[in-house]
Amino acid sequence: MGQDAGGRRRQNLGTLRLPDFCNLGTWLRVLLAVNAMALLGAVHGTRRLAALSDAFVESAAYVEPIAIGSLILLCGGQRWFARLTPPLRVLATLLVPLACAAVTAALLAPLDEGQTSLLRIGFWTVLAVGMLLAWFDLAARAYAPAVAEARLMALTARIRPHFLFNSLNAVLGVIRSDPRRAETALEELAELFRSLMQENRDLVPLSSEIALSRQYLDLERLRLGERLEVRWDIESCPPDALVPPLMLQPLLENAVYHGIEPLGERGEIGVTFARRQDRLVFEIVNPCEQAQGGNHHAGNRMALDNIRERLALFFDLEATLTTQTEDRRFVVRIELPYRREGAN
Amino acid sequence: MSGALRLLIVDDEAPARTRLRNLLDDVVAQVPTQVVAEAGDGIEALQRVEGLAIDIALIDIRMPRMDGIELARHLAGLAHPPAVIFVTAYDQYAVRAFELSAADYLLKPVKAARLAEALAKAIRSPTTAAAVSQAAEAIVPGGRRQLRCLERGKVLLVPVADVVYFKAEQKYVTARTREREYLIEESLAQLEGEFGQRFMRIHRNCLVARDAIAGYERDHDSAGESDPRWALLLSDIPERLVVSRRLWPQVKAALAGA
Repeated sequence: MGQDAGGRRRQNLGTLRLPDFCNLGTWLRVLLAVNAMALLGAVHGTRRLAALSDAFVESAAYVEPIAIGSLILLCGGQRWFARLTPPLRVLATLLVPLACAAVTAALLAPLDEGQTSLLRIGFWTVLAVGMLLAWFDLAARAYAPAVAEARLMALTARIRPHFLFNSLNAVLGVIRSDPRRAETALEELAELFRSLMQENRDLVPLSSEIALSRQYLDLERLRLGERLEVRWDIESCPPDALVPPLMLQPLLENAVYHGIEPLGERGEIGVTFARRQDRLVFEIVNPCEQAQGGNHHAGNRMALDNIRERLALFFDLEATLTTQTEDRRFVVRIELPYRREGAN
Repeated sequence: MSGALRLLIVDDEAPARTRLRNLLDDVVAQVPTQVVAEAGDGIEALQRVEGLAIDIALIDIRMPRMDGIELARHLAGLAHPPAVIFVTAYDQYAVRAFELSAADYLLKPVKAARLAEALAKAIRSPTTAAAVSQAAEAIVPGGRRQLRCLERGKVLLVPVADVVYFKAEQKYVTARTREREYLIEESLAQLEGEFGQRFMRIHRNCLVARDAIAGYERDHDSAGESDPRWALLLSDIPERLVVSRRLWPQVKAALAGA
């Protein structure tokens, strides 16, 4: 039966989408799934409730080493597997757990008095791997339109019309007295929109996100003048880190719209980036007046949800976005794994 | 109106004010105007226009401290309210409200031809204070957030939420907050119309904030009479407010319902 399933899949093995085996979310899902399967198996094979835990522990003795061992090997060998042709890669993904199963069975055989046959373990391993791969493939296919949709959302929800029209109005306001400033502003506006209209599918270097954000803030300074102050504290963060495109600019736009504009006086936005081992931490802090209209918060949440969704698409469970209001300050905090170009 | 129109420009962004001034210069042959005051927010605008006669106010909607909607409400309450033209970059909700109430508005970036048209219309048939109030009520319901009070030539703003009661005394109305009293240049009837949700009439000369009422007791001054009056106790200040006999049934019903 195991061979049957393999045969049917061979036709589309090349198009099967494999998950990222180094991803924490993949690990979590695999371990949850195989343990659930082990529990189901234990429930099925047991008549009495008291024997259930024994049966589960017994199967767990096989399930955990096979699952964890396979994940370690698949993650460690990911780069090597990437060089294989797609069908071979799928085959390797199947063989690694089988090898783990064989080793585990050999190690546990003396303890188990030979009650569990190698064939049975092999059968269950192939079945579990097959089901998991099918499920990951399905999930990847279901997410693909979401990537395109996220890009569309990026186009429509990114820049507030409020910002566009006010900026154009401000450019018109300085065009007679300071034509050069107006020129720069229009150039910046053009570049900002070019970035917005690009295919924003791939991760980009942090340095280009920072450049884009500085241009955006420069435009806002034309309108707001002295009222807008930005404190950058980003020295300790590697500029080659890869981040989702348009991650910072919308957060800064939120900070300006909700933090600086309603403020009668000068206000400061704090931007702090830091690297903690293999994690990056981004923090954007803006002043926050209590008495604000409800619709402002709705717009804020929409932009944050948009970024949160895109972080999930790029990093799955490994990236987080949290917000917090404390002492008249609004803090947005993003944490994500440190990745570099070429180093995956 | 004779001679140049006297204008007020209110916008928190300096380039936006410059832009309006430039355009006014461009159309000065068609519509003679003169900018007599400029301000960066509503509060500053109220201080600037004190003692000035303004024909037309060009008001941005989104501003810090006091927004354009609140400012328009205050201007509508002046003895000689200016015609108000709202200016907004992008606010579909507000634009719909302006169209429904026939209040005039300009979209940023403002165009010279459209500005001249709006000014001409403001001379011909100025937006009434009522239309402005109606639009304002549709955008931000519940009336003004602050009351204007003139003290030694300076404009003070009293948050409506802080007012415990209004009392009419001879020629003027006082607004009592927890700390002190302010003189207000508005009638009780006007205030009742705008803030009827928040304040309740308990006497010909008194409006009290519904949520400031702590309880009631028999009025000592009328204790000997056959039909004694009642007085309200307030939660924040140790004062008692006499309820008129005529209004007592209504007040009692409102208190029972609360």
